[in-house]
Amino acid sequence: MSAAGAPLPDADLLSAAFAALLIPFAMVGLAAINAGLGRSRNAAHLMTASLCVVAAAAIAYLSLGFAWQGAAGGPALVLSLGGKDWNWLARQPLFLRGIALSGSPVLLQAWVQLLCVGLTALIPLGGAAERWRLSAMCASTALLAGFVFPLFGHWAWGGGWLEQLGTNYHLGHGFVDAGGSGTIHTMGGLAALAMTWLLGPRRGKYTSEGMPTAIPGHNGVQVLFGCFMAWVGWLGVNTACSILFSGSGLGSAALIGLNTTLAAGSSGLVAAASTRVRFGRPDASLTANGWVAGLAAGSAGCAVVPPAAAILIGIVAGFLAPLVIEKLELRLSIDDPGGAVSVHAVGGIWGLIAVGMFARFSMGRFANDGNADSGQWVAQLIGVATLAGFILPLVYGLNWLLNRFVPHRVTPEGERQGLDLHELGAGAYPEFMTHTDEFFQR
Amino acid sequence: MKMAGFLLLLSGWFLVLAAVVLLRASGPQAVFVLAGIAVEILAFVLLFRAHRIARGRPE
Repeated sequence: MSAAGAPLPDADLLSAAFAALLIPFAMVGLAAINAGLGRSRNAAHLMTASLCVVAAAAIAYLSLGFAWQGAAGGPALVLSLGGKDWNWLARQPLFLRGIALSGSPVLLQAWVQLLCVGLTALIPLGGAAERWRLSAMCASTALLAGFVFPLFGHWAWGGGWLEQLGTNYHLGHGFVDAGGSGTIHTMGGLAALAMTWLLGPRRGKYTSEGMPTAIPGHNGVQVLFGCFMAWVGWLGVNTACSILFSGSGLGSAALIGLNTTLAAGSSGLVAAASTRVRFGRPDASLTANGWVAGLAAGSAGCAVVPPAAAILIGIVAGFLAPLVIEKLELRLSIDDPGGAVSVHAVGGIWGLIAVGMFARFSMGRFANDGNADSGQWVAQLIGVATLAGFILPLVYGLNWLLNRFVPHRVTPEGERQGLDLHELGAGAYPEFMTHTDEFFQR
Repeated sequence: MKMAGFLLLLSGWFLVLAAVVLLRASGPQAVFVLAGIAVEILAFVLLFRAHRIARGRPE
């Protein structure tokens, strides 16, 4: 099914299935980036946590989440508001009951959505790394994958009210998020922000006067390798999601690949150049952050913007990411070791807004949906307002509640020791003398 | 203060929803959507300040 609920041609389904095979590379890339940007004493913990989080997300999503998110054209809870139908929630059976387990387009959609949930769940790990307990991570992920992601996913991808803004209220073609700048990245980035607020900074990150101290990542090569992996994965995410949820069609695959690469490349280059200008040398980790910010920003419009616009989207993302990382750390006391808030939330929001500015709806289902292009920017802003105004409080509230039963933060002793030893009982690099207390105030 | 920030975020979102449901003309609708987003930006200012105060940093 496409976003409009019409059946997709077999060639589109086949290409979406092949593209979906690449999505796990995006997960590997994010996990490698997060682990590389952390200290060596937490590296094994972060990689283990990434595996556990993806597993918890998959189980929670297939047990519960898909029932709320569903597929476009499926059974849904529709309320009438102001004389218009508002599609709020899917009403699929739990545990995928009732869906054909062979040859079903809905099952393909469920699989791609499951992979997207896994990717979303990895993003907060970057922001809350080095102080978040493994069990609490898994429980928090279950809430994200079982309740929060499906809700917004249905609104944006499953024929929900955001997608209907075009047909119901003549706001362009409705909220457009072809590759998931909002559904995956802004949601993950806002979840990371909620966790940094809940957990507070790492011990030793700020002096008693409130000045931040530098805590460099332990493996820059791993971070940059993760960027390459993420790029491959993103080609899959953007292609599969655009075909399945925006009805972009197989003909858009080349444009999607081009735009994804151009947005990431221009963003990474601008991040490298801007850090070169400011610090005298290009900063490797901020360049990596810029690269991923370009991927996140380019996702929403990957199938509907011309390549020149993709470069512009990347340039702005590459300029914003290092700047926001610095402001959050220095001015707003947000300790976000992986840059998840700046890269995914800010990059994602910029990508959504950029669709309203640069999109050309001349292909796929948009060409024939009978809607004019005017008002598209309002639809995009409504989506952004929903993520910030509803999803963020929901994620924060659920995790605040969860914290009463499953404490999120590790003990000070565990943090000093490193989560590898404290939670796993063994370090990532046992043959090396890895760390001292250089980052802790005495 | 943090609670007030989150309530303000929700208020901004409701303003945006109300603009979509109640207003038909595109001009006023866009203005009210922008107003809702402005309320959300105010909420973020409040939330970031609350976080700084909780961390014991001077304003």
